[in-house]
Amino acid sequence: MTGDFDLLPADTPVQLIDPAGRPTGQKGYPLPGEAALLRAYGALIAARRLNDQAYALVRQGRLAVYPSSHGQEACQVAAAHVLEDDDWLFPTYRDTAAIVARGVDPVETLVLLKGDWHSGYDPVAAKVAPQATPLATQLPHAVGVAHAARLRGEQTVVMALCGDGGTSEGDFHEALNFAAVFRAPVVFFVQNNEYAISVPLARQTAAPSIAHKGIGYGVPGERVDGNDVAAVLAVLGAAVARARAGEGPQLVEAHTYRMQAHTNADDATRYRQDEEVAAWAGREPILRMEAYLRDNALLTDEQARVYAEAAEALAAHTRDGLNTDVAPRPDDLFDHVYACRTPQLEEQSALLADELAREEAQCTRS
Amino acid sequence: MHEKLTMAQALNRALRDSLAEDPSVLVFGEDVGPLGGVFRITDGLTAEFGEERCFDTPLAESGIVGMAVGLAMNGMRPVVEMQFDAFAYPAFEQVVSHVAKLRNRTRGKVSVPIVIRVPYAGGIGGVEHHCDSSESYYAHTPGLHVLAPANAADAYGLLREAIASDDPVVFLEPKKLYWAKEEVDLTQPVPGIGRAAVVRQGSDATLIAYGPSVPVALEAAEVAAQEGRSLQVVDVRSIVPFDDATVCEAVRSTGRAVVVAEAAGFASVSSEIVARVTERCFHSLAAPVRRVAGFDIPYPPPKLEHLHLPSVDRVLDAIDDLQWEHA
Repeated sequence: MTGDFDLLPADTPVQLIDPAGRPTGQKGYPLPGEAALLRAYGALIAARRLNDQAYALVRQGRLAVYPSSHGQEACQVAAAHVLEDDDWLFPTYRDTAAIVARGVDPVETLVLLKGDWHSGYDPVAAKVAPQATPLATQLPHAVGVAHAARLRGEQTVVMALCGDGGTSEGDFHEALNFAAVFRAPVVFFVQNNEYAISVPLARQTAAPSIAHKGIGYGVPGERVDGNDVAAVLAVLGAAVARARAGEGPQLVEAHTYRMQAHTNADDATRYRQDEEVAAWAGREPILRMEAYLRDNALLTDEQARVYAEAAEALAAHTRDGLNTDVAPRPDDLFDHVYACRTPQLEEQSALLADELAREEAQCTRS
Repeated sequence: MHEKLTMAQALNRALRDSLAEDPSVLVFGEDVGPLGGVFRITDGLTAEFGEERCFDTPLAESGIVGMAVGLAMNGMRPVVEMQFDAFAYPAFEQVVSHVAKLRNRTRGKVSVPIVIRVPYAGGIGGVEHHCDSSESYYAHTPGLHVLAPANAADAYGLLREAIASDDPVVFLEPKKLYWAKEEVDLTQPVPGIGRAAVVRQGSDATLIAYGPSVPVALEAAEVAAQEGRSLQVVDVRSIVPFDDATVCEAVRSTGRAVVVAEAAGFASVSSEIVARVTERCFHSLAAPVRRVAGFDIPYPPPKLEHLHLPSVDRVLDAIDDLQWEHA
């Protein structure tokens, strides 16, 4: 039995690099190596560029909406980078940057928001669950995927993401409890960005922190500065290693901030102050990392240019993909409801086909 | 091989045979482990297959179904037990938003071959939350198959097929039929998912029923026969997919029909059956299709439930009402 003190998070979030880019020298978690930091930096740049591109595509009417990841890139990049190929990622609708950092094509990822279908990538091939809008319902799924792997003796770890608002949902609690009881190798990673659309954290919980919630389930909790990609890599990396070693689930809370509104359809000035946003701008994840890398001569101008160009290429690829219209396939409406169509779906599909044929005939005549 | 079995034993046999045949089959839920389930449907399975294959979970239905989704995404065939009909409601979001939709969401790349077993319906003197007929909630959700066996042979055959199916199945087990002993031969195949069955031939009118209402319909047909009226009985068996062909052929052959179901009649599976039969068989009908359903009330307390449930007399009254003067 683990002692209570081992389950509680530290009083302050783990921070390895401060907002000015200086190492904090914090004990307990070693600073990730140079290669991991550079890889993360490149992914941060790409994630920010992708977010901006997606916002532009919304304005152009190519995407219905985009839940911003601006400000939360360190969390999303690190969540993907600590995983091995056979591990699984369970993202929320806000975690497009994590999915792309995992290696999934952003054009396939954005199919949901483009409106061509509910999901665009192959979840089994990518080992990334499909995004969906219900909150925290993906967390019990993550436990199931992890438990299946464990029953087969595989070394798979599952990274399950949710936000601060999601921690109020029943499925968050049931998932933590199930994971703990079955010792499932799941890392529950909460991006606490202070707001669930407009509702502040104080209205979600009276707990000292979200990470404190782990103790109720016998799950160790940890807090991390979510805008310090080095710290998030270190803390999540340790949690993944612990889960892989068979020591069970962990709950990690990242303190971060959504710099933009919930989506393009939201007006954040109705519920938060400019001063608050400005204060968080000073704790920005990308500038901090860049300062650290440059101070330590790990990032040359040449290398920075390479990352910027790669981010630009990703944005161009995304733009081209989203600007390409895919003709909708009416039969898709009926083909995937069941493994085989029911007689009723056959009838309805024929009805629609007839309707479309008559429409086309009318167009041809006129 | 003929033997005497209860439906409970037939279900237990189906789980055992599926567990033995396919290592990816897992059985779990509340009290299904060493206890064998409150209805003993999982009796002996943990002892025989180990607690990795048949196990108890925390008492949280959304967690149970949600975990089943993940297990299914990762190669398993989970069979979960919801302890009672009304205890399944905490899992409703998982069932309608994910179990039913994942295949469609991913255009077939993810399938979730889950069986959700629900001991359902009343007639057992149970308390308020142990007697619901919840089939309409599930039947209204595209992406789910909904089965309701009415005898031991179907219970075995349909559960085996449900577990082997790549589609999620809500498997409704009529509690009041768990303990009736029947002569069965489990080696004989039964009609599959999506197939209704004519379980009694008759020429004057057709009774359409499923689950706990099938024995009521059969008894009504027996009584009617003594009174000189020949009633055909169709056991729906598979609520989704619904077997329009068999049901409509039966109704056309008699020209009169009564649907019998325990659930409240308003916006129900019984109303759907009436609508389908009327749309498809209108010109063969000698009278409006009638329903004998539960009243539109919350499930009554044990001492009043007999007033609520479709009775043989109420079925016969409905039959009497089918405009025989025009015959």
